[in-house]
Amino acid sequence: MEPSEQPTNGPLLRLTDIAVHYGAVIALNGVSLDVQRGEVVALMGPNGAGKSTVLKAIMGLAPVVTGEVHWRGDRLSAATHEIVQEGIAFVPQGRRVFTHLSIAENLEMGCLYLDDDAEQARRLEAVMELFPVLYPKRRDPASAMSGGQQQMLALGRGLMADPDLLLLDEPTLGLAPIIVTEVFEKVAEISERLRTTIMVVEHNIKGVLDIADRAYVLDKGNIAHEGTPQSVRDSTILTDVFLGRANPGQASED
Amino acid sequence: MAISAQTDADAAAEAPTPGLITRLARGNIELWANLLVITWAIVFMAWQGTGFAITIGTVFAIWAILAVSLNLVVGFTGLLSVGHVGFFGIGAYTMAVLTSNASYEAARTDAIPTYGWPFFAALPVAVVLAGVVAVVVGVAFNRFRDDIFVLVSFGFAIIAFNTFLNLREITRGAFGIHEIEKPAIGGWVIDGELEFLLFSLALLALVVLVSWLVVSSSFGRVLTAIREDEEAIAVFGYRVTHYKLAIWVISAMMAGLAGGLFASWTSFIDPNSFILLESMLLVSIVILGGLATIWGSLLGAMAFVLMEEGMRFLPFIPPEYVGQARQIVLGVLLVLLMLFRPQGLVGKYRL
Repeated sequence: MEPSEQPTNGPLLRLTDIAVHYGAVIALNGVSLDVQRGEVVALMGPNGAGKSTVLKAIMGLAPVVTGEVHWRGDRLSAATHEIVQEGIAFVPQGRRVFTHLSIAENLEMGCLYLDDDAEQARRLEAVMELFPVLYPKRRDPASAMSGGQQQMLALGRGLMADPDLLLLDEPTLGLAPIIVTEVFEKVAEISERLRTTIMVVEHNIKGVLDIADRAYVLDKGNIAHEGTPQSVRDSTILTDVFLGRANPGQASED
Repeated sequence: MAISAQTDADAAAEAPTPGLITRLARGNIELWANLLVITWAIVFMAWQGTGFAITIGTVFAIWAILAVSLNLVVGFTGLLSVGHVGFFGIGAYTMAVLTSNASYEAARTDAIPTYGWPFFAALPVAVVLAGVVAVVVGVAFNRFRDDIFVLVSFGFAIIAFNTFLNLREITRGAFGIHEIEKPAIGGWVIDGELEFLLFSLALLALVVLVSWLVVSSSFGRVLTAIREDEEAIAVFGYRVTHYKLAIWVISAMMAGLAGGLFASWTSFIDPNSFILLESMLLVSIVILGGLATIWGSLLGAMAFVLMEEGMRFLPFIPPEYVGQARQIVLGVLLVLLMLFRPQGLVGKYRL
């Protein structure tokens, strides 16, 4: 499976010098990052820093100008619709559940490419077990659920693909504080119980630093900081990038 | 285990479905709409007699095939196409050209080539040809979404109409094609009004069955998901363009079938049957009945046919204005519908 030049203990996902341009707008300006197997990696930064674009670049949803995505040591060149079968599941921003489908049908969408009903049923049961809140409502349309439940559904739908890497784009956006806590707890539980590697884009800094193993801070399409959650808390990097100081991260290095 | 225990608890907790009378009393609009249209149809047909009922039934069957097929694209998949009449026309002209009467044509100075095919040989060709054109058009259309899609489908309807009008060597342009074949099985020709009605209803049943199989399959669920969020569905491993193309072609083939049936029923067609307005009326029927519901399209087609035919009997509309009046009435009806019941008579989903 693994190519000879990449040892099996290499990063699960490696981005090398990824640049994304939307016309004249430079969304990502040469971003390189690694995600190790089993990690929870947080991507933080102010609006427009390019956090979500990193995930979209991996999923083939953003126009990548230069740079490469390596998955398990191989270059990832699959089209968007093939990536889920490579073991990467994407939980998009805004939940985007299919409101006219039932909860069970929404979940099944996550692995319908399988063509294996028994395996599908097994995964459905496993996901229901992880999200007990969904079970009693499984036949109700997704539109009948609260925002928090829809987010749980979106997470569950991503897990139906039984992914090695789960990409979460702003999973707590627009949710009440108590629900935000529940979502972070659930993400931590997924990481612990299923050993799923998780890359999460978040604006809720405190919450995501509590569950992350490592964090990247993005600013204007560049990586401004990389390190443990503690290193982020200790540095002035977040106030620098959020307040728009000229040389982010300089103060902490002095 | 825990899950099965919960199932029983759930079943017990589910409230019983309220009875017919209760639902009526509660003002269930869907039920009222059903009762209204069906009662209207029965009373109207009983009043006007068998011959009229047969005609109405046949017109209904053709419109219903078109409406159900268009609903697959517009309602279930969320692609608002106003070009459906193009595929209807392709089916009708295929039937007309392949089966038109050779001796009749030979007597004309502007004769077009005749092939003398039987109905049942021409019908599959009509269906397949509509499908082939749909593949070509669909590959081009697949890059468009939302309002741009409406515009390009509009363009298709215009191109189709102008082709029928100007490809005179084959379609005889504005003069139309006469003496189109009736269906015949062995020596039995389906030329009686009643037989043709039953045949039309059989084809409608086939279309409804196929549509039902499509929308209740996992394929149909992907279509619903495409309607709601095209980008999200790609992330889950679906090649969205393939699904859109597939349903587009299936829908076009059904419209081709309706076209073949229509040409044979009227035995004469000209380009006026395939103008953009017909497409608009068709979209109106789909919206009137309800998006993403097969039953709604049947109900919408019935309501439309009853209204259209019914207006002939209104004493204050001179017969020569009935055609225009139906457009006004339908227009007003659509505006009212959008204001007060945007999901249509029995639909749940809004455009």
